[in-house]
Amino acid sequence: MRRRFAFLIFCIAFATMQRARAEGGSMSLSPPGTVKAGNAFAIQTTGSGQAVLYIVGLGQVIGRDVQLGETTFFPAGVLYNAGHYVAILVAGSNTDNTAFDVVPASRPASLSFLARPSRLSVGLHDGISGCVYIFDAYHNLITAPTSVSFKLSNPSGAAQERAVVAHDGVAWTEVDSTAKEGIDKFKAQVDEVSSTRVVEQVPGDPCGLKMSATQSGKDIELATTPVRDCSGNAVPDGTIVTFTETYGGDQSTVDVPLKRGIAQVEMPAHDGATISVASGVVMGNEIHWR
Amino acid sequence: MMTSIGSMLVIFSVLVVPVAGWAEQAAVRVEPSNLHGPRTLQQETATAVIRDYLQSWQSLSSALEQNRAELLDQDFVGTAKDKLTGTMHEQAALGIHTRYRDRAHDLQIVFYSPDGLSIQLIDNVEYDEQIFEHDKALTMQRVHARYVVVLTPTETRWRVRIFQAEIE
Repeated sequence: MRRRFAFLIFCIAFATMQRARAEGGSMSLSPPGTVKAGNAFAIQTTGSGQAVLYIVGLGQVIGRDVQLGETTFFPAGVLYNAGHYVAILVAGSNTDNTAFDVVPASRPASLSFLARPSRLSVGLHDGISGCVYIFDAYHNLITAPTSVSFKLSNPSGAAQERAVVAHDGVAWTEVDSTAKEGIDKFKAQVDEVSSTRVVEQVPGDPCGLKMSATQSGKDIELATTPVRDCSGNAVPDGTIVTFTETYGGDQSTVDVPLKRGIAQVEMPAHDGATISVASGVVMGNEIHWR
Repeated sequence: MMTSIGSMLVIFSVLVVPVAGWAEQAAVRVEPSNLHGPRTLQQETATAVIRDYLQSWQSLSSALEQNRAELLDQDFVGTAKDKLTGTMHEQAALGIHTRYRDRAHDLQIVFYSPDGLSIQLIDNVEYDEQIFEHDKALTMQRVHARYVVVLTPTETRWRVRIFQAEIE
């Protein structure tokens, strides 16, 4: 009688275990520790019966019906957003879970390149800055140290190059604006991926501003020499040149735009007058009229 | 209140993070900035960036718990918003939702772009992640992760543009 009772208890226990097993009671799962973004991977499960496998993270959520005891394959391109994930196996009231990480792909696919400013004067030290963020094909930031090449080149072929190592997905540099006006190309490159921005370099402030004066009846005819910046680039027409005549405590001022590279004006001729010329903050020569 | 910010506010730098009004509060430690960029970071800017970033955890938590993408609008933009929105749609399709509770942040601003249009910070964050299938709790995890975050200025605030967890 005692043996029959013990057998009955065993049978009940076994049946309970089997049912629990069927519901996934002894199930487990083994995802890889890390998955490279977009790569194929597999999750091995143990147990028997049907279950649902969830992969949950801030970047993505995936659900699959799975057969316990089998390997579930995830093809390339299914899980691609980098981040921390939890794989959860759910069978009835039983669950099991394991965390794993998706890391960015190694190969860069796109660059977010900001170059500033888009227009500036020639000859400015560290006048142009470039900042680049590096992404893989799934727009994950590639945070591993990565070599970035920056190159500013002008139409004549002259170039400034900088090699920078990106940290946490970002690299930056500064370069001088070149001596010659024109449209320069500012390029950031990582492996085969590049991004180019256009930077227009315009003449700087006038340099060595000089005028001459000649008598013209009762007036003085004033004219500048062709106005150039310190690198020899012609200052653009329309730039304002200011002539100032000081005589007997009075001062008269005339603003003249550059036309064909020079500015000219007539002012009253007064013996003892002082005439000066300027453009913006740049002072030119003075003439004392006798 | 879904996510929390700031009770045991431990300030290692001079930054002050306003935390009043948050029901559940995470410990927040702000390391002195370690910038590898040419642009000087003003204290007001740093304070605003930290404040806006911490608030983004609130909207993230609310949005993912309710599967309501519009709750991200105030604090997320660009890639970060797109990815979180995608996650919400996937959650909704599978009948699950997630509850994120940030417990501690250890923050450091590491990059301020020369043009002033992006700021990068590193957040060694600790948070609880609870996953629900309909109303059934499936699991709860305490997660320690290193987040790389890039914020960009918008009209009135800094918004999270890149939000990516790294292996610690």
